[in-house]
Formats: sequence, structure tokens, C-alpha cells
Amino acid sequence: MKLSKLILGCICLLLSFSLYAQKETNKNHSCLKCHAHRTYKYMNEDFGMEIKESMCSNRMIDTLAYQQSNHGMFKCTDCHSPEYETFPHAGNLRMELMYACNDCHAGDPEYAKFHFEAIEEAFYESMHYNRSPDAFTCWSCHNPHTYKTQARIGEKISETVSYDNNICLSCHADVSKYELLTERENINILKSHEWLPNQELHFKSVRCIECHAQLSDSLLVSHVVMSKDSAIRECTSCHSANSHLMASLYRYKSLESRKGSGFLNAVIINESYVIGANRNKYLNILSVVIFGLVLIGIFTHTIFRIFKSK
Amino acid sequence: MANEKLYLYPLWIRIWHWLNAVLFIVLLLTGISMQYSNPENPLLISFELSVQLHNICGIALSINYLLFIFGNLFTSNGKQYKMKTKGLFKRLYDQSVFYLFGMFKKQDPPFPISLENKFNPLQRFIYSTAMYIGFPIIIASGIAMLFPEIIIPQLFGVSGLLVTALLHVVIGFVLSLFLFIHIYVCTIGNSIISNFRSMITGWH
Repeated sequence: MKLSKLILGCICLLLSFSLYAQKETNKNHSCLKCHAHRTYKYMNEDFGMEIKESMCSNRMIDTLAYQQSNHGMFKCTDCHSPEYETFPHAGNLRMELMYACNDCHAGDPEYAKFHFEAIEEAFYESMHYNRSPDAFTCWSCHNPHTYKTQARIGEKISETVSYDNNICLSCHADVSKYELLTERENINILKSHEWLPNQELHFKSVRCIECHAQLSDSLLVSHVVMSKDSAIRECTSCHSANSHLMASLYRYKSLESRKGSGFLNAVIINESYVIGANRNKYLNILSVVIFGLVLIGIFTHTIFRIFKSK
Repeated sequence: MANEKLYLYPLWIRIWHWLNAVLFIVLLLTGISMQYSNPENPLLISFELSVQLHNICGIALSINYLLFIFGNLFTSNGKQYKMKTKGLFKRLYDQSVFYLFGMFKKQDPPFPISLENKFNPLQRFIYSTAMYIGFPIIIASGIAMLFPEIIIPQLFGVSGLLVTALLHVVIGFVLSLFLFIHIYVCTIGNSIISNFRSMITGWH
């Protein structure tokens, strides 16, 4: 009798959990059944016809990317008006003001490590904000439906570089989005970076912001994006012992790597190589010792030659 | 025999040698300037100039190396770099003992220079290692860094570029040690400059 009650209890628990999980998965179903597809259907009840329409591309949601993004656990109506739950949507809903990062994250100790307030201050100093204060928002770069903190979860520096550079390229290599924010003619970044030797390797290995944003010691990603006249053009800014690169992503990755695999491994197993910046302390000492021994050997031999020739 | 003049260095060897020397020194100076890049150090060549000079001289040195390889393939000079393994250690030991002690006691060199043996065993061993192991590695790794897209991104979990660069720098360092020792040993002749003069005139 007791055993059957226990089994029944387990089944109920499993059932309620599975219902809860299903509810969680389906929480956005009513929105995504249209917004996750290139086309959507609705019933025109006045005429009793089913109508199929195409979905505007910038209203489409990549469901997989959304699920994997930092905000993937939210219901659509957590950020958008609950009035969107009715269809057809009211026209004035399009005018709704979107939340900015700090509307949710400011002052929250749980997110203190992300320094949202400092990021906002830096953003207000950026060339992007100052050129288009009304049009440029957090979401201009960080798509709220797909954004994830890549550097903190990405395995490799190259993946983070590619992810971050694609944010810049989403405007700087796409006229349609670029034109929304500026009246200027589109920039050909390949041409404007013609001076850069090994252009392809630089683009693959270095984030745009390393040269185009002000250096910040406190923020992992500096948000003071500068005008092109202030961008770094000196090779030695990166290719030197005090490499600019070591201040941001590379320092963070190196520290993380040391935590995970120990100091020596982090020094040896290094993903990036920058001529002039990557110097192995132990190899440096070893080379100086060997070179010194050779010079001492030559010097001693010379002394003996002079002494013995007399 | 000792006073007899030998024509040891034909024109092509002398051209190759001095070209190689000048290019190697420029590569060494620009390589150090890049590796220890510091805009505040006035002794170093600027990074931009170093990159350009290092690329140009690296390509020139690689082409010059082909002259050395083909010269050695098609002339008798190639034999000077061949060694018999039998008794090699004994020969290297004898020559080292001469350099360390014998020469100060005014002893005759254990392996006098002749047309067949331009190099003593120690020179033969070090020159062969430098030219047939060191140079191919430094040239191959240099070409790889000139065209980084051909480098494997990951090698046993380590950046392929890092491994290539490390190999390039380490071999470059070893070859630069060779350069210093080579120049010093060349002062051990009838006079300090006699060996240098030989490499200009061809006559020893």
C-alpha cells in the first residue's frame, strides 16, 4: 500500500515537472509561432479567409540564438508590452520605447561584476552616442534577442574576436543598417585599413575596439568608441612589452586560463602570439644567461691568447 | 706546406658568404628590434621599418640559400659539409682540446687546412648543422610567418603561430650565437685579420 502511494507520488511529481518544463518552453509560443518564421498565417474573420503574409526580416527572431542568449529565459512580454498578446497588434505599440541595459541592471549587486553603470558612462562619451544621441542605443550593437557575454563563456580568443567584430560589421559592412544611424556615405573598411600589414590576420586576431576604443583598465570592454582620427595606428601600441592588447580581453583570458590550468600552463599554452608583446620571462632569462656565457667564454679565450702570446 | 697558398674560396662562395653575412646581421638587428620592441629605446630600429627590412632581407637570404644549396650540389664544395660518423666524437674532442689548451702551448693544429679539408672537424660539424638544419628551419618558419594563413591554427592545443614564432626565435638565437663564435674563431689565424682577408681574396 505504502509502495503504491510512493510510486503515485513520484509520477505526480514527474508529471508536474514535465508540465512546468513544457510551459517554460512554450512561454513564448504565441509570439514565436509567427515571429520565428519567414511567413505567418492568420484568420481574417471578416471574410473567413486564412491569410499568409511574409514576416518583416527585422521582426524575425532566431529562436535558437534567443534560447542561448543571456536573455533567453525571459518571456517576450517581460520586455515588450503585454498588449502584444492580442492580434492584430495595435499600431501605436511600434512607438514603445525599448528598455536600455540599466533600466534592469543598474544598482543590482548580482550584476555588479559587469559594471553596467561604468559602461553607460563610457557609452555617453563614445563617438557613436555623440554623433547620433537619439538613434544610438545599447541595442544598436547588442541585439537583445541574441546577445551573450562571449568573452566570459567563449573557449577561444579567436571566437570572441570574431563575435565582437561581427557586432561592428553588422553596421560597418551592411549599408542598410549603417544608413539608419548616419547620413554619411558608407565606409569601405578594407580600403580604410589598407595601411595595415597582414590585414586578414589582424582582422581575424584583433578586435576592432582594441584600436578604436579608449583603453580601460576597469572595464573588460571599453565602451568609449573613438572617432577614426583618434584610432591607434602605431604598431608599437600592441607590438611592445606594454602592449595595449594586454589590458583587456587578453589579460582577462590569461587570468582565467591561469585559474583553470595553473600559471605555467597559461604561459606555455597561449592562444595568441603578438610579435614584440609575447615574451616568455623564463626564455628571456635563459637566453641572456646563454649569451652571457658565450661572451665570457670568448673574453676568457681572448685574455689567454693575449697572455700566452707574450 | 704551411706557407703554401691555397685557393679555398671560389668567387661564388665569397659572394654567397658576404651576402649571407650582411643579410643575417640585418635580420638579427631587425629581429631583436621586433622581439624586444620598445618605442622608447633609441638603440632599436623602429617596428615598422624592422618589419619591412626583416621581410625583404628574409626573402633575399632564402634566395641566397638556394645559391648555397645548388653550389654545393654541383661543385666539390658540397663534400666539405659531409662527415663520417665513425670517430666523429674523437675528432671533435681533439679539435676542442686544441682550441682550449693546445693553441696556447703553440701546438700544431690536429687537422691542418687543405683543399680537401677546408674546415676542421669542429667547423665541419657546426657549419653543417647550421646550414643544413638551422637554416632550413629558420627559413621555413620565416616563410610561414610571412604567409600566416598557411600555419595550422592549433597544434596540440597550442597556437600554431606561437609554435612557429617560438621555433623561429629560438633557432635565430642559436644562429646568432654561431655568428658571434664564428667571427671570434675567424680571428684565430696567422694574424687577426688573415681569415677575413681570405674570404675576400679567396686565398688562404
